[in-house]
Amino acid sequence: MTLNKSLLIPLFVFIMLVVLLGYGFSLKDPNLLPSQLIDQPFPEFNLADLHEDGRTRNNRDVNGKIALVNVWATWCPNCLVEHPELTRIARDEGIPIIGVNYNDDSEKARAWLVRHGDPYVFHLVDNQGRLAIDLGVYGAPETFVVDTEGVIRFRHVGAVTKSVWQRTLAPVISVLRDSPG
Amino acid sequence: MIAELGHFSLILSLGLAFVLMLLPAWGVFSRNLVLMQTGGSISAGLFVFLLISFVALTYAFVTDDFSVNYVARNSNSALPLQYKVSAVWGAHEGSFLLWTLVLGTWTFAVALFSRDLTLDMRARVLSILGGLAVGFILFLLFTSNPFERSLPVFPSEGNDLNPLLQDFGLIVHPPMLYMGYVGFAVPFAFAIATLWSGRLDTAWARWSRPWTNIAWAFLTIGITLGSWWAYYELGWGGWWFWDAVENASFMPWLVGTALIHSLASTEKRGVFKTWTVLLAIAAFSLSLLGGFLVRSGVLTSVHAFAQDPQRGMYILIFLVIVIGSSLTLYAFRAQGIKSNAIFTWNSREALILVNNLLLVVATGAVLLGTLYPLAYEAVTGGDKLSVGPPYFATVFVPIVMVLFLFMAISPRSRWKNTASGLDPRRQIVYMACSLVAVSVLSLIFASFVLPVVVITAVACWITVNLVEDVARRIRNKSEKLRAIFSQSLAYYGMLLGHGGIVISMIGICCTVYFSSEKDVRMVPGDLVSLGGYEFQFVRMRNVTGPNYVADQGEILVTRGGEAVTTLYPEKRLYAASQSVMTEADMDPGIFRDLYVALGEPVGESAWAVRVHVKPFVRWIWIGGLLIALGGALAVADKRYRRSRRREKENKSEQSMSVEDGIPLG
Repeated sequence: MTLNKSLLIPLFVFIMLVVLLGYGFSLKDPNLLPSQLIDQPFPEFNLADLHEDGRTRNNRDVNGKIALVNVWATWCPNCLVEHPELTRIARDEGIPIIGVNYNDDSEKARAWLVRHGDPYVFHLVDNQGRLAIDLGVYGAPETFVVDTEGVIRFRHVGAVTKSVWQRTLAPVISVLRDSPG
Repeated sequence: MIAELGHFSLILSLGLAFVLMLLPAWGVFSRNLVLMQTGGSISAGLFVFLLISFVALTYAFVTDDFSVNYVARNSNSALPLQYKVSAVWGAHEGSFLLWTLVLGTWTFAVALFSRDLTLDMRARVLSILGGLAVGFILFLLFTSNPFERSLPVFPSEGNDLNPLLQDFGLIVHPPMLYMGYVGFAVPFAFAIATLWSGRLDTAWARWSRPWTNIAWAFLTIGITLGSWWAYYELGWGGWWFWDAVENASFMPWLVGTALIHSLASTEKRGVFKTWTVLLAIAAFSLSLLGGFLVRSGVLTSVHAFAQDPQRGMYILIFLVIVIGSSLTLYAFRAQGIKSNAIFTWNSREALILVNNLLLVVATGAVLLGTLYPLAYEAVTGGDKLSVGPPYFATVFVPIVMVLFLFMAISPRSRWKNTASGLDPRRQIVYMACSLVAVSVLSLIFASFVLPVVVITAVACWITVNLVEDVARRIRNKSEKLRAIFSQSLAYYGMLLGHGGIVISMIGICCTVYFSSEKDVRMVPGDLVSLGGYEFQFVRMRNVTGPNYVADQGEILVTRGGEAVTTLYPEKRLYAASQSVMTEADMDPGIFRDLYVALGEPVGESAWAVRVHVKPFVRWIWIGGLLIALGGALAVADKRYRRSRRREKENKSEQSMSVEDGIPLG
């Protein structure tokens, strides 16, 4: 009996499909949410400082150092969960953390920081959610890694725990530190 | 304690699945009749233990046992009871337990209702289903165990079910979808059993047909419900997004549609034998592929489950084993099979072949569009790209339009040749008349939009042929009314299925071309008019639900000064997860939906409001349900019942049956 080779076609199509799926699978970090903002400059903003009455902050305050921008709020339980780790990162790793106090009451936010400690360099008051919309925030907490040029290099959705720091944020930051410029 | 019982029961069912895979197959190899007959009772046991496992998880949800990780992540004590139950399949682990239970249910059903199969075929089929169950249960136990506890420290309160899923549509959509997906495992098992036995005859097509039809009907309902849910719950009035996960359910449906037609030709005329086997393998393979896409994180999607590389790897390996070995078996066992029937170009066989080719090409187009972003990323090394609705509109729609043209003439065709039914000149007249009639009507009642006129004319042409076919069947009968009601159920199934497609077609094209929408900023008292309706923003107020608080708008809709309805769209804040949800409100109608969703608050007492008027949008889902009903009716056809009854009589003559205690349906 001669082999009818056309019957092998489905198998070959499937093998190609598996190669593609396997490759795509090895390529992707499943925790990474796609963001239009990765490798884009941090959006323009001009917002009040939480602590210093009357002072406004803009993009110049973000540029210059590798920093974390953390979107948080007092109504967000996971922000409390990640707070000890953020405190540790600011203290032990020497990474400045900029807070975006999102859709919150400034009075409550200040009280919350007094109670739990304030590892942040400063906080932006985003009670209208304007910056959060520009950042495409899904919900609090979210944390962005910004490089020395003020370009967003990474985004993490959800609480920054010890393992998130070790597995995702720390490698990103060490790459940025090693790269020239 | 109960959770451990569920876990233990799942382990037992793994053991039974292994036995089910091995014992009947061993019986086939060793020609041992007793071993071959063990399949029935083992399937019953497998089903019972999977059910116990599932009930145990449900119990953990209902009793708020937050020491179980999965419950803590997906439930909350304030969650209403019906959502506590549906939260069981609200995330990856539990939904896969449901998926596995559904496989157990189908396996048990095959054991119950396939007693007219030859003993060895039944043993083979059950053994293959048992093998699939082994794969599913191993996956559950090793990568996705829903019974894991966090002891001794566990949360006192749960994270709550994703608010998007707290909805009636999501109570029923996944079970229906899984019944369809997993249901294709049955024709798959029949196809593999046939290749395995080497008897690639038409008998397997007769056995597979009712199973394929019912699985396909469930899948149709599942997809229809999913589309309806997306429409009212996602808050932007869309009903189909060509999202990777939607495509994952649509591809098996398209191939399944090809399969039910091709099975008919194989059963009745003995044609396309190997092709039908390939379609049966493809339908289930695409279901598995869908599972991989949803659960591995290879593609990002609004539906994506919590993703875990380990799970993705397991499913990929499972896919390779199941699909790879099936296609290898196919390549070597389907050799030398020839169809001996002869048919002409205008016969029903030829038209079904065209139907099959077009459906497979359409599936290929959807598959390409779904995987293209992945391929692009692989080739360019990291660049991301998204293939949106424009791709699918330009590629998929023309293929389907050609399919509809063939669908119009197909009911008039006959097996072997069509000299009696299909008259080309008459068909051209029908088509021209449909086109003229629809054009005139649309000029009188609406505006002339070419695509709508063309699609509606084709829909009309399909309907004319269906009606004429019914007329032909009763022409020579003396009691015409009785003749209408005494056709076979399979025939009514065909009429309903094709009629449902007509209704969906009209719904889709009218919704796409005649919908209107406006985004406006409104303060109380503002008025916006759209599509002949006036929407007045009356006021906002706060309302409190069981596990959320909401801003609720009140919008009065009038037409020509007369009140039509009042709509109450909401913006909800769910307390436990702190997530904000848009809950649109709508006034449904046969000929139009009015749809209002709240956007963001924009300044003092002003809100962004989106209003839609969507004509004929309900027709899309009414059509879908009719299609499913058609599939189900065809299963109830008395040809299949007769074979069961005959089998029952045979059974009662045998005084001793090996699998006693299992009642026949």
